Amino acid sequence: MTTTAPPVGSKPDGGAEPDERLLRTSPLRKLLGRPELGSVVGAVAVFLFFAVVADSFLRGSSFGTVLYAASTIGIMAVPVALLMIGGEFDLSAGVMVTSSALISSMFSYQMTANVWVGVGVSLLVTLALGAFNGVMLTRTKLPSFIITLGTYLMLIGLNLGLTKLISGTVSTKSIGDMEGFPSAKKLFASEWTVGGVELKVTILWWAVLVALATWILLRTRFGNWIFAAGGNADAARAVGVPVMRTKILLYMGVAFCAWVSGQHLLFSFDVVQSGEGVGNELIYIIAAVIGGCLITGGYGSAIGAAVGAFIFGMTSKGIVYAEWNPDWFKFFLGAMLLLATLLNAWVRKRAEATR
Amino acid sequence: MTRVRTGVRATSAVLAAVLGASVLAGCSSTGGRRAEERAAKAAAQAQGRAAVNTPKWTIAMVTHSGDGDTFWDIVQSGAKQAAVKDNVNFLYAHSDEGQQQAQLVDSYIDKKVDGLIVTLAKPDAMKAVVAKARKAGIPVITVNSGAEQSKAFGALTHIGQDETIAGQAVGDELDKRGKKKALCVVHEQGNVGLEQRCAGAKKNFDGQLQNLYVDGTNMPDVQSSIEAKLQADPSIDSVVTLGAPFADAAVKAKGTAQSKAEVDTFDLNASVAASLKAGTLGFAVDQQPYLQGYEAVDLLWLNKYNADVLGGGQPVLTGPQVITKQDAGALEAFTKRGTR
Repeated sequence: MTTTAPPVGSKPDGGAEPDERLLRTSPLRKLLGRPELGSVVGAVAVFLFFAVVADSFLRGSSFGTVLYAASTIGIMAVPVALLMIGGEFDLSAGVMVTSSALISSMFSYQMTANVWVGVGVSLLVTLALGAFNGVMLTRTKLPSFIITLGTYLMLIGLNLGLTKLISGTVSTKSIGDMEGFPSAKKLFASEWTVGGVELKVTILWWAVLVALATWILLRTRFGNWIFAAGGNADAARAVGVPVMRTKILLYMGVAFCAWVSGQHLLFSFDVVQSGEGVGNELIYIIAAVIGGCLITGGYGSAIGAAVGAFIFGMTSKGIVYAEWNPDWFKFFLGAMLLLATLLNAWVRKRAEATR
Repeated sequence: MTRVRTGVRATSAVLAAVLGASVLAGCSSTGGRRAEERAAKAAAQAQGRAAVNTPKWTIAMVTHSGDGDTFWDIVQSGAKQAAVKDNVNFLYAHSDEGQQQAQLVDSYIDKKVDGLIVTLAKPDAMKAVVAKARKAGIPVITVNSGAEQSKAFGALTHIGQDETIAGQAVGDELDKRGKKKALCVVHEQGNVGLEQRCAGAKKNFDGQLQNLYVDGTNMPDVQSSIEAKLQADPSIDSVVTLGAPFADAAVKAKGTAQSKAEVDTFDLNASVAASLKAGTLGFAVDQQPYLQGYEAVDLLWLNKYNADVLGGGQPVLTGPQVITKQDAGALEAFTKRGTR
């Protein structure tokens, strides 16, 4: 199959000769056209701000904490950004993380199985949940808002109902003493010390996922399909892009990352509360939007989403480091996010104007 | 289209295969359900049967609990056990929205239950329905929250912990342990009861106490926020969490931040009992939720059977009970079966 990528971030200004797509662009212009540029500037601004107002912000150990906070959001912000570039939303992403953790914990416990079995079952069930979202969306042609809102509510109900039914309480039983737990903990929730700074393994997961997603977006045919499906689905379909399959796979990507986050949750705390995760889906979407993903689809980057998650991590922890009056916590958080996004938009506009 | 369908079919086939195979292979010889079943045998003897032959009265409980709250699970288990003993039909409903909680009470009044147990976390929303129940001749007992309003609203009695007194107990205990600077971790911003606990602790604590607000539905956030706070202020020597699940996150945060602070908590559960025993937690303040459910049902039964009233309009306190390493061992088994 041969498909041509839609010209990402370039505007067809008529009259350019020869064909403007063949024009060589300078590296500086290329940089200015990147979707994550605004968020990088925003991140630098937020970093400098907290470096000045909070003296403990610049310590090495603080950096480890901020990175951890950013990574738990970032792991989910990456697939959510890809999905958003593909033109869709997933409101069930936050609760799916909890579902995934509950499934592995309860399966291992109830079957008295090695915890790796539970982890494997959880991966399959979670991927099936993602596929369900994708298939429902493409089959019914209903907006993703409705489909995933339905999944979101159903998952909340299932999380509570099944956990109560199976465990008898609203949180899972501890699986910390079961076989396979230490090795699974190593993969999903270990930490190592680099130069006196404690770094969590989620940071590594995050980095790998960002690199993988960036490679997919920029170097593979599937990446082109994502941009095409999000930019104009009908046009994409007309030139032979398998829009339905692309979207289903994107939802399964979200599910895969929800599985990774869910396993981290399980193996770092060993007991899972069934009511957790509600509201986190918005945080993932916010991170992607700060990172330059358009809510309407067709534009954005995985690196941008990572920077968005980093801004979120810095802001939420920076407020603590700065020791501001906690009554105003949420206000500060909202104002910082709004400022970062505005700065992001402003830089992008300037960048586009210089073309 | 066909590709999609085969994909789904393949996924479900693989799923079914793995589910089947994993039951046969990969068993864990430690922990898990089998260990639980062994423990359950011992606990089975705790279950009672009806000890009286009064008619089968119906008692309903409506709380302000959110979905999936461990604490209210224990309250219910106490109420259910008392209901079995008293030959009572026990009904339960909850909503964290004041208006909806009132509507639930309303529907139980319509059902003409024989007794009502309600919480007054949002007293103004509940005032009218409690009056309505009284008018309908249904005795009401308030539990957990609403000690101040209970009598004025016409409830028989209030059973629960006074949050301020519980907080003060924490302040005293911190003093006893020679702490100088404490952190009070609030997992739900704007919750009156939680604020009262921190305020109570602050009042009796001779040292300095500050609040830290975290997002209780997001455990990694709870952990990293406490971590950040401990890094920002290394002089903090004790962290008090206001709910059992958050104690664990605080212990992890303390490790990462390389802080020497002692972690203490409100409420009890299996992992808190284990941590107390292991010494990773300093102390826990328990308000004995089991007792709140049990006593409420039992008192309503006593009132119907014998016109008994307890406390003479004064709240009956179920806490605070300060639990330390010494008591933890004895309570561990009870936390595992979900009654402490």
